Amino acid sequence: MSQADSNARSRILGRIRSALGAASGDGERRQAVDSRIARHPASLVPERARKQGNALGELFVEKLRGQKATVERVANAGDIPETVARYLRDANLPARIRMGSDELLAVAPWEKTPALERQSGPANGDDLVSVSRAQTGAAETGTLFLTSGPENPTTLNFLPDTHIAVIRADDLVGSYEDAWNRLRAKYGEGELPRTVNLISGPSRTADIEQTMVMGAHGPRRLHVIIVG
Amino acid sequence: MKPTSHAFKETATRALADEQLQQALSNVRRGFVEKRAKARAGLPEFDSLRDQARDIKEHTLGLLDIYLEEFERKVEGSGGQVHWALTAGEACETVLEICRRRNARTVTKGKSMIGEEIAINDHLEAAGLKVVETDLGEYLIQLRGEAPSHIIGPAIHLTRGQIEQDFRRIHTQFPSDRPLDDASHLVAEAREILREQFLAADVGITGANLLIAETGTSVIVTNEGNGDLTQTLPKTHIVIASIEKIVPTLEDANTILRVLARSATGQEMSAYTTYSTGPRRDGDPDGPEEFHVVLIDNGRTEMLGSEFKDMLRCIRCGACLNHCPVYNVVGGHAYGWVYSGPMGAVLTPSLIGVGGAGHLPNASSFCGRCEEVCPMRIPLPGMMRSWREREVAKGQISLGQRLAIKLWAYLAKRPALYRAVSGATIGILGALGAKRGRFRWLPLAGAWTGHRDLPTPQGRTFIALWRGGRGQR
Repeated sequence: MSQADSNARSRILGRIRSALGAASGDGERRQAVDSRIARHPASLVPERARKQGNALGELFVEKLRGQKATVERVANAGDIPETVARYLRDANLPARIRMGSDELLAVAPWEKTPALERQSGPANGDDLVSVSRAQTGAAETGTLFLTSGPENPTTLNFLPDTHIAVIRADDLVGSYEDAWNRLRAKYGEGELPRTVNLISGPSRTADIEQTMVMGAHGPRRLHVIIVG
Repeated sequence: MKPTSHAFKETATRALADEQLQQALSNVRRGFVEKRAKARAGLPEFDSLRDQARDIKEHTLGLLDIYLEEFERKVEGSGGQVHWALTAGEACETVLEICRRRNARTVTKGKSMIGEEIAINDHLEAAGLKVVETDLGEYLIQLRGEAPSHIIGPAIHLTRGQIEQDFRRIHTQFPSDRPLDDASHLVAEAREILREQFLAADVGITGANLLIAETGTSVIVTNEGNGDLTQTLPKTHIVIASIEKIVPTLEDANTILRVLARSATGQEMSAYTTYSTGPRRDGDPDGPEEFHVVLIDNGRTEMLGSEFKDMLRCIRCGACLNHCPVYNVVGGHAYGWVYSGPMGAVLTPSLIGVGGAGHLPNASSFCGRCEEVCPMRIPLPGMMRSWREREVAKGQISLGQRLAIKLWAYLAKRPALYRAVSGATIGILGALGAKRGRFRWLPLAGAWTGHRDLPTPQGRTFIALWRGGRGQR
């Protein structure tokens, strides 16, 4: 922090304290903050997010479709390659995908679809189709949670024209609260990976006369494959 | 941008006569308002969530200094850097310094209201940097050198035809006979041009819808994905955020997100909500090498200790603009600075001074729709009234207005006299106008009769009717 920064810092904090009539180093106020962060209590969670089992999956699919994503369900991870290949064929897209090295995708039997060309690593501006894995998904609004990491480049979610996201049915939860708790279990309390992308549909804009146009900067199409 | 809020009366009058603007504004009335109503109806808990969202912000503002310190600690713990700026000028200088240190030449920008407020583009451009707005609406107004006219729809004042003309004039690299008569053509062309900019940028600047103290995270909410490309592709990501954006935990962010998109666009959730924590980690194949957050005061700490404190709860959803009968006919530019509608009428005087923006709190019919739809339950009409009181206290209204208010107050405190005067006035006007049924002109009522006739009063005053008719309803 530069000299100017540190000066601004103490002035801003000082002004806040004087506006609030608070003293610096007030233990009770500090305690209130620490306790709130440690307990991270949930506010009201909408009733619809408490669904379980099939109803939960149905809500997730309904909400995603409502946001103009397409969704299909397959029985197990072994079906992923053929499902991807068929989706691309039906959508008249080239049989070439870019994907990360996430375990769920890496162990799929890609040898079953020899015509499907695969590239790995982060996306560049030329990739047309990407496949990535969502860590969890909240049914309340059909929202996928994708996390960055060595196996999951963030660019896959935004640069290609078509984004195929794969999620295990077991990873579906009801609410955002449930989803964050899944991530807390993986990354630790108070810790997150560099990027968590909550994705609820393909890219869109209504900036021209409020006319909805898909594919503003990100993917025009979002296809979600639920496994299991 | 230099505020022109002092000229609200003139700019508003021009806006009313601008046919293209009126056509464009009709989209606001149709689109946003209906969509929000539908979203609200779709979530039974919506109004309770608004109460909770308000409470979260109230809690946080009461402990703002400590939450900011905690946020800073977490950002630094994840490898990012936090900078503090008391004024717009300090904030701009901080951003420029980072750009210089990184030898940046091109900067891409996600949509950011604080960016507009501190005029970051002007500052960077003056230093020789190329700044490209990447939100489609922001890009459209950057081409025209205009300010945003709506918080979430910056180009909402433009018609498709105007945008087509701009594209033909500026994008000369494309064939002149290309079809551009559909919104999708325009979006595709902007996408192609901006894609190159994303890939070439050295620094990406975004705002923040929320900052989370628990994790040291900044959150942006977009539908286009431009913010994500802005912050993922360049080597440096700078977040500019005003200090009141902070919330304690991920759970608190959830609650605010549940009311944000529903209030703004009527979506249940925007397409992309992105949580950024620090720079790329070891082994990450993409993401920025540096992550900076510039925490900006620019007038907030002053509001915190004033009767305008509640305004710091604002999450910039735009619902108050969409539902405002004044905004709906004059549009955002008439307000003369970056914020418009009811939230602008309260915020602008706080940030640039009531001297230059005194008209704005008066540009209200006090219908109360803004407060009714505000997801953070900000008492906007009450605060506009506070500004009016301050204006009166400072003697910033005309002698005529002051005398008229005094006369009215004198009468209102004397019911018998009030009844006599109002009864006589009604009687005289009724007699004078009985023939035509309306007045085309009346002394002291020019502001009314300049635009429409005043109907002739008929019968007796309300009080007289009430007294006479009691029990006979």
